[in-house]
Amino acid sequence: MQMNRRTFIVSSAAVTGGLALGFRLPFGGPSIARAQDGSPEVGVWVAIAPDDTVNIRVVRSEMGQGTITGLAQLVAEELECDWSKVRIEYPTPGESVKRKRAWGDFSTGGSRGIRESHEYVRQGGAAARLMLVQAAANQWKVPASECTVSKSVITHAPSKRRTSYGKVAEAAAQLPVPKDVPLKDPKTWKIAGKPIKRLDTRDKVNGRMVYGIDLKMPGMLNAAIKACPVFGGTVKSFDAAQVSGMPGVRKVVQVGDDAVAVVADKWWQAKTALDKLPIVWDEGENAKVSSGTIAEMLKAGLDAEQAFVGNKNGGDVKSALSGAAKRVEAVYAYPFQNHACMEPMNITARYTPDKCEVWGPTQNGEGAFAAVLDASGLPADKVDVYKTMLGGGFGRRGAYPKDYVTQAVLIAKQMPGTPIKLLWSREEDMLHGRYHPVMQCKLVGGLDANGNLSALHMRLSGQSILAAVRPQVVQEQKGRDPLSFQGVFESGEHAFTYDVPNLLIDHAMRNTHVPPGFWRGVNINQNAVFIECFMDELADAAGQDPLEFRRKLLGKSPRALGVLNAVAEKIGWGKPAPKGVYRGLAHLKAFNSYVAGAAEISVSDGNKVKIHRIVGATDPGYAVNPAQIERQVAGSFVYGLSALFFQECTVKDGHIEQTNFHEYNSMRIAQMPKVETVLLPTGGTVWGGIGEPTICVAAPAVLNAFYRATGKRIRSVPLKNHGIELV
Amino acid sequence: MIRLSINGKTQNVDVDPNTPLLWVIREYVGLTGTKYGCGIAQCGACTVHIDGAAVRSCSFPVSGAAGKKITTIEGLAQNGKLHKVQQAWLEHDVPQCGYCQSGMIMAVAALLKEKPKPTDADIDAAITNICRCGTFQQVREAIHMAANAAAPKV
Repeated sequence: MQMNRRTFIVSSAAVTGGLALGFRLPFGGPSIARAQDGSPEVGVWVAIAPDDTVNIRVVRSEMGQGTITGLAQLVAEELECDWSKVRIEYPTPGESVKRKRAWGDFSTGGSRGIRESHEYVRQGGAAARLMLVQAAANQWKVPASECTVSKSVITHAPSKRRTSYGKVAEAAAQLPVPKDVPLKDPKTWKIAGKPIKRLDTRDKVNGRMVYGIDLKMPGMLNAAIKACPVFGGTVKSFDAAQVSGMPGVRKVVQVGDDAVAVVADKWWQAKTALDKLPIVWDEGENAKVSSGTIAEMLKAGLDAEQAFVGNKNGGDVKSALSGAAKRVEAVYAYPFQNHACMEPMNITARYTPDKCEVWGPTQNGEGAFAAVLDASGLPADKVDVYKTMLGGGFGRRGAYPKDYVTQAVLIAKQMPGTPIKLLWSREEDMLHGRYHPVMQCKLVGGLDANGNLSALHMRLSGQSILAAVRPQVVQEQKGRDPLSFQGVFESGEHAFTYDVPNLLIDHAMRNTHVPPGFWRGVNINQNAVFIECFMDELADAAGQDPLEFRRKLLGKSPRALGVLNAVAEKIGWGKPAPKGVYRGLAHLKAFNSYVAGAAEISVSDGNKVKIHRIVGATDPGYAVNPAQIERQVAGSFVYGLSALFFQECTVKDGHIEQTNFHEYNSMRIAQMPKVETVLLPTGGTVWGGIGEPTICVAAPAVLNAFYRATGKRIRSVPLKNHGIELV
Repeated sequence: MIRLSINGKTQNVDVDPNTPLLWVIREYVGLTGTKYGCGIAQCGACTVHIDGAAVRSCSFPVSGAAGKKITTIEGLAQNGKLHKVQQAWLEHDVPQCGYCQSGMIMAVAALLKEKPKPTDADIDAAITNICRCGTFQQVREAIHMAANAAAPKV
């Protein structure tokens, strides 16, 4: 491994499919920026080496969702380059700041990696192509319009001359970058839209891929950390002398006001010493909080007078409900859940009074940059962040206050010049997550004499993520957290799809001391369970088929109807199921994609659930890599069903009780249903997300099937609390 | 001093004999393909072979591995040729984040040694590794692909 202050190569595979981090600024000419391998930049998104290697810049993070491959496909499509010569390069946030944010937003959450950058990265590829062609035309003294390109080769047919991108890249780099370049019609795509293989697989099968936990640097020490188990508590005292003589221990340090770290030669030595370190905590008032007290607080919110309105339609819902021929009411609940990324939180930091740098996994390079600025106290030109591959993200590695990046810098500041790798134990990771928000929901529906849904009130009561993470957004909304209504909102990328004559969806915000975070799918997880299970309850009360009942309410949402019909058809809805097998379905609009799911399950001994099949359909507008989309759909079901069956973080005396996978289970291969994906991209001007949306349909589809199998409505997650097992 | 044989090389490590094998492999020998996931043998990210059998190295003291033949993900390929499981993984594009895949591949390689043509039930019983990305559908397909691959030429 090679490393210096500016340049850092992640793996020895510096050829196709390798990943390089960071790059160098000008050394060749006054105005040309260069890639890490010295090749000239042709616009900010592309740098091409003399051997035709194409470095495509990606600033969104790769955590398994395939974003770097998808974004590279889009750039390569417009560039018309040889795909086999493509590699990825990560510009750093520090370089971006120096260049007036040339690469835009680094944050990789909300399923926006591709859908919110496709246009400018395609423009980048197209602009580079025009520059390369112009450079060749200039050399040949012919009009650029007479030249054609294919797979990195430029041809001037009239004079039978050919050259390659690598040969004209230096000249192209000198040209101005054209703006507003027309983009290809997606129907003509040759690289994008195709199920091609990921760029980062080889090093993931031979052990060479470098995750943050794997970093090695000369003189590096390792830190293990323990923060006060009760959120909001502080360090009262600790007795460093008790462990300072243990093997490898270099230093015991306080980190901020709420954590203590042991720094040692090896991480295992640091952890062993930390386990023996006497620490006295001041747990504070939060030590009185438990899951029971939180549930009581949320329950009170279900009927509270004051609530923020997320969606309103028609007249007075309460009087419409009281006038209904039939009234249906139900209360649902969804727990705190930890992301449990396979790679525990970690980051490596080195601080000197002149420079503070961190290396490691983050979903938001710029967010990590801001955390380093803040914790180091240094100005922006003395700070940088170098990303590694992420061993899972799921929202946990976004930007949160007082998180692992801040901690590592605070430790490194106490040992200037020494690189410190901070690694959380799994136990620390479980106790200091940024948890899926806790929520309860009361739904009241009114049916008219013909069994039509005439009125619906959906009252959410529980935690707001934005109130904790981005309070300014909540302030701008006069106290409302619009994200709480994902999938049931009045408009936009999470708009409610059902057309209900009298509708009220509101949120009684009830925040807790447990820090919330964006957990793959975020609030669509619980909102889909609430609304889509309740739709089945309403259909049942109306004596109607759940699919037909929904169809009648989706007249104004043809794309929602499209995915719902697709899963119904594929699962065989309306046709007899195999003996002992029961079906359920669900749908939602999320992150601008329309998604639906249909499950087939059987239940033995009243509590052992076998999921045989799940059909997942998505209409994201455009499909950049169908093979990766299939994998994301299947993977999202694993994440969502693990949550449904097994996962709850409970609070006792102010701290989280579950410390590791033996108390916080995750689905294994034996429990994996067969997943069939239906991809229905219908185009349009708005692109939808992939990584998250489908996660939300698995749970309600299975719960609805469970009801049909057993006659029991389960209204709280996880199912283990009801004695239900996944087999 | 403990004498270890890792991927065919002898390594002498000066370490507390109770140190988990995982951390000796990662921090003393410097092979980081073997991952830490839970530390309590639940997730399987740390799976290596000891005398050919899959072992969760996070919960296995280094002293117990002395004198035995240890293979890690870095030692699975032979003479520069990927193991058939690695090859199937590559061809089937199995990994997502990839963090658990070293352990998954090692567990599968051990299974195929014992049962060259595993049934789905064999796979369900033997492969209990956690993958939070949820690659199981591809894992199962790739196991069958590897099982049906021609025996590698030695």
